[in-house]
Amino acid sequence: MSPKASRSRSRARALTGAAYAAPTAVMVAVFFLAPLLLVGWMSLHKWPLLGAPTMNAPDNYTRIADNDLVGSAVWFTLRYTVVMTVLLFVVAFGLALLVQHRRPGVGFLRTSFLLPMAVGFASASLLFLGLLSDEIGPVSDLLRKLGIIEGYVSWTSGSSTSALSSTVALVLWRFAGFNMLIILTGLQAIPLEVYEAARIDGATRWQTFRRVTIPLMRPTIALVLTMMVTGSLLAFDQFWILTRGGPDNSTTSLVMLIYREAFIRLDLGSASAISVALLAVLIVFNVVQLGVLRRRG
Amino acid sequence: MRVRKLRGLALGAAALLLASMTACGADDPAAPGASGTDGVDDGAQLTLWTRAATESVSKAYAEAYNATHKNKVTVTSYPNEEYPAKLASAAGAKALPDLFGSDVVFAPQYASQGLWADITDKFAASGLKDKVSPGHVRAGTWEGKNYAVPHTVDMSVLLYNKDLYAKAGLDPEKGPKSLKEFAEHARAINKLGGDVHGTYFGGNCGGCVEFTFWPSVWGAGGNVLDTDGKNAKIDSKEMADVFAVYRALYEEGVAAPASKDEAGPTWLGALQSGKIGIAPGPSVWLGLIEEKGVKMGVAPISGPDGGDSTFIGGDSIGIGATSTKAAQAWDFLKWTMSEEAQVEVIAKNKGVPVRTDLASNKYSSADPRIVTINSLVAKGVTPYAKNFNASFNDPQSPWLQTVRGALFGDAAKALAEGNTAITKSLQQG
Repeated sequence: MSPKASRSRSRARALTGAAYAAPTAVMVAVFFLAPLLLVGWMSLHKWPLLGAPTMNAPDNYTRIADNDLVGSAVWFTLRYTVVMTVLLFVVAFGLALLVQHRRPGVGFLRTSFLLPMAVGFASASLLFLGLLSDEIGPVSDLLRKLGIIEGYVSWTSGSSTSALSSTVALVLWRFAGFNMLIILTGLQAIPLEVYEAARIDGATRWQTFRRVTIPLMRPTIALVLTMMVTGSLLAFDQFWILTRGGPDNSTTSLVMLIYREAFIRLDLGSASAISVALLAVLIVFNVVQLGVLRRRG
Repeated sequence: MRVRKLRGLALGAAALLLASMTACGADDPAAPGASGTDGVDDGAQLTLWTRAATESVSKAYAEAYNATHKNKVTVTSYPNEEYPAKLASAAGAKALPDLFGSDVVFAPQYASQGLWADITDKFAASGLKDKVSPGHVRAGTWEGKNYAVPHTVDMSVLLYNKDLYAKAGLDPEKGPKSLKEFAEHARAINKLGGDVHGTYFGGNCGGCVEFTFWPSVWGAGGNVLDTDGKNAKIDSKEMADVFAVYRALYEEGVAAPASKDEAGPTWLGALQSGKIGIAPGPSVWLGLIEEKGVKMGVAPISGPDGGDSTFIGGDSIGIGATSTKAAQAWDFLKWTMSEEAQVEVIAKNKGVPVRTDLASNKYSSADPRIVTINSLVAKGVTPYAKNFNASFNDPQSPWLQTVRGALFGDAAKALAEGNTAITKSLQQG
């Protein structure tokens, strides 16, 4: 084959490749890059709902510090992220280990753990709101009958601890199964020969888990942790529906604050500025997290 | 979770982008008679948005209007809490409906943002401006121009359970004359015991508390806001006294324990249960509570030592700034304020007419409770502030924080700090 023919062939292949990637590229450009740039642009302006925007940089950013709610929302969101990530990871990993091997009944358990995923998150939040309500839900009545609680209890807004716990329970119920599934695929990707070799070498169960399972699971762990941390930092639905940020702003997350700036105060510039700041934090978190997990690998 | 949120954000932003590019095409109402002040009835299809709380009234207006006009109005309602966000997204996308209503206290914000079309000339020419609820007219006014007209009137009153009154040895035909007497009645009913409680309030709901507690402050001669809605005046003796009454009722267990966590959604249900003696609430709930077989009496809300007042709430409505059917939309608005609509649609269904000159009409005199409610219009107040929602109604508002402190925490500190925080919020951009 002449060099010319080979060149044109490789060009044709490159074009075909580009054509295959084009639909996704267009989607990403229209629904991700363009809005991202627009949010950045908006954060530099006073941006009314109707009418022309006016440049006011860097007011939207400097004003973030003046917002009395920001401090508590940042602190709460970080706390929530730590609590949620640790609990969700432990529960999901535990469930995955439980249903790792084919045994009678495992199929049923896998399905049951994954089933909550089929309920939309907003619907799941409403479901919990109903279940936990003292007026219409069965949970309080049941606990009263069992003698665990007495009198009136408000799970979703009685105290900051109970509000946070209700939300954590909801998120665990809704997402543990999904994360279990990802961890399960990671577990099953580990070749059986490695376990056999470990067994022949006389490794105990704990040693096998510690020295074989965990190291080989590193990419999967990196994936689920990244998703959990990002999901928690962007938490909105669960608090918006279940606790409405209360009681006394104790469960107001950062995204709720963005919502308040945009849709209650109608200050799109300020909402964009907080969004950009949150995005920057997310990028830093993910870079650090992936860096640490990869380096160890 | 993350992908969904990013996509949501992205969609919203993309809509904004598209909208800002096409904005120039939307401000030319080419409809006939658009420059005139009369409405046009030429068979146009009009869209009307409202919040769930007002849906039934808006639909009743639309049905009666559609039956006698060529224009056809279609009503779409949205859940109360989501409605402001829905309007903001629609405005950002330059896709507002032809007509949209709003809680009257949010009207100044929408007017100031230019979400409604200017109707100053049309309203003046209609001859109705001086005959409708003045608080609503003020709420729809921004920098001297009118943007919205009254749509519904809802007032806060004391609603009491006549059966429980009789059981507790109180006169079911005589409601309390002062806030202190209200507390005594509640205590008397609470003594009935069982799952009956003296009273109930929305202790985790800024909007509920302002609607039901402020009339007592006004009744006592106090105030909550200055006339421009730029400064809070809640660090006052009157406000402290009113909170003290409710706080004592809660601490004594006279107010149902769920009052502390009531954020709004189950407020009506609690009163419909028939287990609450007396509670302040919206006048429009009278019918909704009696539907459940609970016999109710109505009394004005008053100050600790007397002096009646009420929070005149309800909805304002205006023409969407991006609508191309302004003349037809005005035809509908003008009709809703007509005697025909106010008497045959509103008064007939036991509602409060937005027309002050029609407060007593052929339907109102049939029920003395309605007379009580209608007579309060003259004594009531509709507070005015551009940043009302962010300062008072939003769950993250400084007012809700103040309320929680004043009822369940350090009251004096909550009112002092709340006054500063609310003033700051009121004056923001």
